[in-house]
Amino acid sequence: MTDPLLQVRNLVVEFPTRRGTLTAVDDISFDIAEGEVLGVVGESGAGKSMTGAAVIGLLEPPGRIASGEILLEGRRIDNLRYEQMRRIRGRQIGAIFQDPLTSLNPLYSVGRQLVETIQTHTDMSPTQARARTVELLTEVGIPAPERRVDQYPHQFSGGMRQRVVIALALCANPRLIIADEPTTALDVSIQAQIIALLKRLCREHGTAVMLVTHDMGVIAETADRVAVMYAGRIAEVGPVREVIKNAKHPYTHGLMGSIPAIGHDAERLAQIPGSMPRLTDIPPGCAFNPRCLHAFDRCRRDRPELVPVADGRVSCWLYDPAGSRNSREARAVVAAGAESRVERTDV
Amino acid sequence: MSEAVKRHDPGASATVLKVAGLKRYFDVSAPWLNRMLERQPRQILKAVDGIDLEIARGETFGLVGESGCGKSTVARLIVGLHGPTAGSIELEGRNIAGLSRTQMAPVRRRLQMIFQDPFASLNPRWRVRDIVAEPIRAFGLEADKAAVERRVGELLEQVRLNPRDGEKFPHEFSGGQRQRISIARALASNPEFLVCDEPTSALDVSVQAQILNLMRDLQRDLGLTYLFISHNLAVVYHISNRVGVMYLGKMVEQAPARTLFATPRHPYTRLLLDTIPDLDMTGRERTPVAGEVPNPITPPPGCSFHPRCPFANDRCRVEIPKPIAMPGGATVACHGVEEDRVPVGPVLAPPVAPAGLSGATA
Repeated sequence: MTDPLLQVRNLVVEFPTRRGTLTAVDDISFDIAEGEVLGVVGESGAGKSMTGAAVIGLLEPPGRIASGEILLEGRRIDNLRYEQMRRIRGRQIGAIFQDPLTSLNPLYSVGRQLVETIQTHTDMSPTQARARTVELLTEVGIPAPERRVDQYPHQFSGGMRQRVVIALALCANPRLIIADEPTTALDVSIQAQIIALLKRLCREHGTAVMLVTHDMGVIAETADRVAVMYAGRIAEVGPVREVIKNAKHPYTHGLMGSIPAIGHDAERLAQIPGSMPRLTDIPPGCAFNPRCLHAFDRCRRDRPELVPVADGRVSCWLYDPAGSRNSREARAVVAAGAESRVERTDV
Repeated sequence: MSEAVKRHDPGASATVLKVAGLKRYFDVSAPWLNRMLERQPRQILKAVDGIDLEIARGETFGLVGESGCGKSTVARLIVGLHGPTAGSIELEGRNIAGLSRTQMAPVRRRLQMIFQDPFASLNPRWRVRDIVAEPIRAFGLEADKAAVERRVGELLEQVRLNPRDGEKFPHEFSGGQRQRISIARALASNPEFLVCDEPTSALDVSVQAQILNLMRDLQRDLGLTYLFISHNLAVVYHISNRVGVMYLGKMVEQAPARTLFATPRHPYTRLLLDTIPDLDMTGRERTPVAGEVPNPITPPPGCSFHPRCPFANDRCRVEIPKPIAMPGGATVACHGVEEDRVPVGPVLAPPVAPAGLSGATA
């Protein structure tokens, strides 16, 4: 097997502040294979967007990569100079952000922005670039592209704008697209259209996608594999079906239980007590231990590493290969815990 | 387990809120001089265009729809933040539509609202105890300072916060905790009816579960009636007894929650249900709804859903459908359903043709 397209090794992202250094992303490692859609899911503050920003080299100062490596096609990209990174960004790594209105320049027509991007990354002539622009707009499903190409972003609806942003990301045929909450600002029916579009385009172009979202539904529809983040760390990573249907980490399990589902009648939803710790006071050991129903001494003391369990990897002491409990027992414990979940939340 | 779970069904018990023919139009015309010079007509946005609904005591009525369908305007009309253009809003048999500020005051005590954004709806300069005490003071519900303080402590406990949290400021709390403060404030005047406008949309899922559970508990303990507005169908299914679906200012379908989700009748409801991401990973191919919500200033003639509807015929393009009662307590506004043109069965999948649907948004 060849090298994965993207390799992230022990990435640490820090924010120096007056009151000390905050660790937003704490020693995470993952790979994305060619043409694969990796979902990165987590609640606000889990560090998922920060991971995406680090990969594409767009961390907002004072945020910085404190240690670790990011390799694209085997080549390190985390220590590149600004100009070198600028050439990779757009050409090899595309980006789609949450709010399509702020990703587009309101003063330039949509066509001009696309042509400019195409000419930055390829040596097409203006005429060729314009033809390619119309082609791209057709591809992302914008009706009457010849007419729409000269319109301005405000003349497009939210869903259509997001299509333009996707076209922008595809301009130079990148190998990898970082999509940060691409459907969050959209209505449900438009969201479904955009998901379908992303899936189709990635399949046709063989583009890999790192899909950052808080919405498990979007992940279930789109991703091949999913990484669940909690407090800057990866709690669990594995094939999407495995993680959703058969969650192993107690956090993932609680998260799945707290999502209301149609056709599932329950008086109460399962709830995880408390809330995610602030970056200033992440507990020692496993970051999830104060909210975890299965925490034992070791969880409060030592930080668990990601260990292989079934098809995925989990960072939880319940699955410690050298530990007293084996993983089958642990799974039973986690599943049983969900049934007898504590009623009250103490905040 | 679904049979074991009893869905609180007040049945034909007393109606708390009855809304009939409710309309709210907004004048969004250009200034007079521009209209004269550019010869433009007045432009009227029909945000809410004839809505009927009834909510029984202890019930939760869920209102769903996409952005711009008028669901938040309905909420604001009911609590009196907007005056209606036409129609009536009856709270326990008394019409409260278009009451003056002073006439509205005693009604407000019984009718409170929870807003979507817990960051914008709490005054950052006030301590939590003052925020929660404000309705108590405004309505003069407690005699002295000590009694107000006691009541605030009680309210904070009711929403599972610590009474000592009253000393803090809103910024010291997370989003979910702030929404609890909003709920405590709404409960401070002992209301019977709460209008909740997307109360969990700004929250993470695990926090959303906490708030939804809390709202259920409060409803059970205090006998509250909710109007629950959300764009999230799964949340609405979870919390509601009855659900109304809005599209471009009109109620297209209304039914008991289970009926609506099991046998949706209106093509829009069915398409909306089809967009829900498939968490069960059944691998079913979903066909996204074609097109987008048209501009509400110039809605299509006839049934406003007809440009996106796979069953539309000539009648749908000219005649506005009226709500008709269906067996099982549902009300549907659709010519196709009336004429039996729309098949009942699995959710439909119209061919997606993006062409020709841009007009309204261009």
